[in-house]
Amino acid sequence: MAWEFAGGQPIYQQIIRSMEIQIVSGKYHPGEKIPAVRELAAQAGVNPNTMQRALTELEREGLLYSRRTSGRFVTENESTIREARRTLAEQFISEMFKNLENLGMKRGEIIEAIDHWKE
Amino acid sequence: MTILECTNLTKNYGKTEALKNVNLTLESGRIAGLLGPNGSGKTTLIKLVNRLLQPTSGQIRVCGQNPGPETKALISYLPDKEYLPEWMKVPQLLNFYQDFYADFDMERARRMLADLKIDKAKTLKQMSKGTNEKVRLILTMSRRAKLYLLDEPIAGVDPAARDYIIRTIISNYEKDSLILISTHLIADIEPVLDEVIFLKDGEIILQEEADKVRSQQGKSVDEYFREVFR
Repeated sequence: MAWEFAGGQPIYQQIIRSMEIQIVSGKYHPGEKIPAVRELAAQAGVNPNTMQRALTELEREGLLYSRRTSGRFVTENESTIREARRTLAEQFISEMFKNLENLGMKRGEIIEAIDHWKE
Repeated sequence: MTILECTNLTKNYGKTEALKNVNLTLESGRIAGLLGPNGSGKTTLIKLVNRLLQPTSGQIRVCGQNPGPETKALISYLPDKEYLPEWMKVPQLLNFYQDFYADFDMERARRMLADLKIDKAKTLKQMSKGTNEKVRLILTMSRRAKLYLLDEPIAGVDPAARDYIIRTIISNYEKDSLILISTHLIADIEPVLDEVIFLKDGEIILQEEADKVRSQQGKSVDEYFREVFR
């Protein structure tokens, strides 16, 4: 099944986020080899150039690294992964605040609502 | 490397102007979408590149050469209409392609056709529309061509077949070739495209990176297309 992409945002950015989530959530383990570009592109249903661009960016962030002959791997550096998790969490919280403020809620009301929120 | 170059390309059918002064350059290593509503000139452009039609004026270059027998050897073309003998079965189709095209990769075609588990006793005519389209695409993508011209490869097939066709295009794509896909069904093919070309009434009104369109317009190429061609 191809991945789902939202409309108004470049696809490579959406791939980056999706891969970040898969790494920080442990779906890809530290040190694990990830599939080749073409294979990942086919899985996601995207252009291989777009996938390449996203993976290059993830390497720049330090979440992935490549070994010349053997492929691309998830970082073994736990603190890099922790840092990425924190950044993602901040983005999600910021989006949540934005959505709730758009509903007209004040900061205090939002915090109270979170405290009282039950599954 | 430049694969396709059209300069001031015009095609008239009698008094009807099908293509008006088209200038287009496309490089290797790319998948480009030729997008436009029915009657916008997509098939005319593809047939001109393929030398099935002669231009009224202007020039076409495929890998730097004028269209002719040499460029036909460089182009793998999937027409929008039935083009293979309907009585043929898979083994006959494979031999047919191997006889016609020096760049046909028999192993690649066999491997992909085996994945489909097609009944070898069935003729093209007896296959479902989806299977028929898949077989034609596999044959087209199994050539080691420089330019792949796919005219409406996903029209009229179910979503599962569509996914298969898109995966087949992605996994056969080569760095030194160009894939040009014409379609009016953009949503499904959009994530596969490097760049998009909008064709309106025989004129190119946009040629841009797909991701750039998405960030500049704040919407998908499909949504933007619907807006432009409303």
